[in-house]
Amino acid sequence: MGWFSWKKKEKKPVEPVAEDLWTSCSACKGMLFKEEWIKAWKVCPICGFHEKLTARERIAQLLDEKSFREFDTRISVSDPLKFKDDKGSYAEKAEQTKEKTGLKEAVVTGRGRMQGIRVVLAVMDFNFLGGSLGSGTGEKIFRAIEYALRHRMPLLIVSASGGARMHEGIISLMQMAKTSAALARLHEAGVPYISILTNPTTGGVSASYAMLGDLNISEPGAVVGFAGRRVIEQTIKQKLPDEFQTAEYVRDHGFLDMVVHRKDLRDTLIRLLRYLTNAKVE
Amino acid sequence: MYLDFEKPIEELENKIRELSALRESKPEVQSEIESLQKQLEATTRTIYEHLTPWQTVQVARHPERPTIRDYIANLFTDFLECCGDRAFGDDPAICGGFATFERFRVMVIGHQKGKTVEDNIRCNFGMARPEGYRKALRLMQLAAKFHLPVLTFIDTSGAYPGQDAEERGQAEAIARNLREMSRLPTPILCIVTGEGGSGGALGIGVGDRILMLANAVYSVISPEGCASILWRDGSKAPEAAEALKLTAPALLKLKVIDEIIPEPPGGAHRHPEATMIAVRKVLRKHLSDVKGTSIRKLLNKRYEKYANLGR
Repeated sequence: MGWFSWKKKEKKPVEPVAEDLWTSCSACKGMLFKEEWIKAWKVCPICGFHEKLTARERIAQLLDEKSFREFDTRISVSDPLKFKDDKGSYAEKAEQTKEKTGLKEAVVTGRGRMQGIRVVLAVMDFNFLGGSLGSGTGEKIFRAIEYALRHRMPLLIVSASGGARMHEGIISLMQMAKTSAALARLHEAGVPYISILTNPTTGGVSASYAMLGDLNISEPGAVVGFAGRRVIEQTIKQKLPDEFQTAEYVRDHGFLDMVVHRKDLRDTLIRLLRYLTNAKVE
Repeated sequence: MYLDFEKPIEELENKIRELSALRESKPEVQSEIESLQKQLEATTRTIYEHLTPWQTVQVARHPERPTIRDYIANLFTDFLECCGDRAFGDDPAICGGFATFERFRVMVIGHQKGKTVEDNIRCNFGMARPEGYRKALRLMQLAAKFHLPVLTFIDTSGAYPGQDAEERGQAEAIARNLREMSRLPTPILCIVTGEGGSGGALGIGVGDRILMLANAVYSVISPEGCASILWRDGSKAPEAAEALKLTAPALLKLKVIDEIIPEPPGGAHRHPEATMIAVRKVLRKHLSDVKGTSIRKLLNKRYEKYANLGR
């Protein structure tokens, strides 16, 4: 005890408290050693639950180290409707979100390499207003697609979104058409596009670019669908099965090519990219 | 059927009806009827010139508002309906087929709402399933193959939120339509005639011209849905309707639509014939316009239009 307290006195800053060392799985509530969990890209070692990743974490997971070059860092939220509700204005809410997340929009875009293969990558971040599709989000994705087209580089979009951004009204809806129009050109040019639908990908995002990949890939247990579960239950006045709108369920109904565990995702994408770019067999 | 805010119209029309019944026995009521009719006209005009966004939503959803069948019957000749998506089935919530508009042979596609309960059950209140969107796309591609312009009539509260629709890929069906419509090598004109309900509307709503009836609405979410998310209270829909900027003039200002088709005071449901004339005039103008443009130029302009939305 004596030497211990002495050591403690000397060391600054203080040792991490227990809450920083440990965390619990948001699905099974199991106690997790945080460092290990983060090293496993936030997949629970007990139940396998894939926790949401931030855009930065996802980029680190997928790309070769230090290969990422970000695009359009100045594009931010715009407020075409001057939207207000009782709790305040959308503009204020957006400012708070920007501060909280350190992001300017719900997507981070750029180029990078995956085992040397040059790719354009767009990653949505659910922490930013639920990953909703605002006009800034749409613009960044649109530009990333055009960049991929100009340079004939494979495109990867990692979606995580509740859908359209209500506060931007019809302009948000139009981002679905805008991004899909850009994908039409990419499709015609024969440039590969892999869509990765992560938990959750629903509404206007699933009904536009997320479902339009040459390949649509998801992670275990991710919610993928169009209408919300509650809305459907109210419409049909029945309870839906638990597995409804999970990635596995959507794959079994024919809308996803594969459901890939996060630990295998990068390797799987690289293997697929070699086919899509017909890279020389080593 | 009268809407809440149409009370003064209802009262005047009732009075006129009562007096008209007396005309035989009491010819002197004629002058009173005439003055009431003038009053009715003025009242209707005043109410309809000052509709709030929420009142406009009520008009856009009016059960007696013309449906695609009315537009087909009044604006087109030689209609030949085509069914099915060639994969799963035929969705009665979307109606489509060949039709002739004046000197143009075209493909007409639109949401089908019903006017009676039985009608509405058959066409699922105009809420399409994936096979509906896939039928629409099949017909559009057919039109492009044979160089026919496409006209779409939009009137839906949204794509059907059902288990079967999800299982058959509602999201994929809409997404594919957005992509394919943006590059379809034939002119596309879209008219929002009633409710433009989010992705379900956009699924047949990408084109060279987006036209909109004066009392139609077009929005990313219903006012009720928006209110229940923002205020946890669906009864705040009138406030949400205001905030969503879903009326034709607001959408014109945002450059989402290209032109407003006027409706007579009292709305399309009260004056369907006059509405048809207005739609015909605007359609004729835009159809001649797009038919005179090369497909290449049309597609570039279509792309640019969407690229610029939200910039």
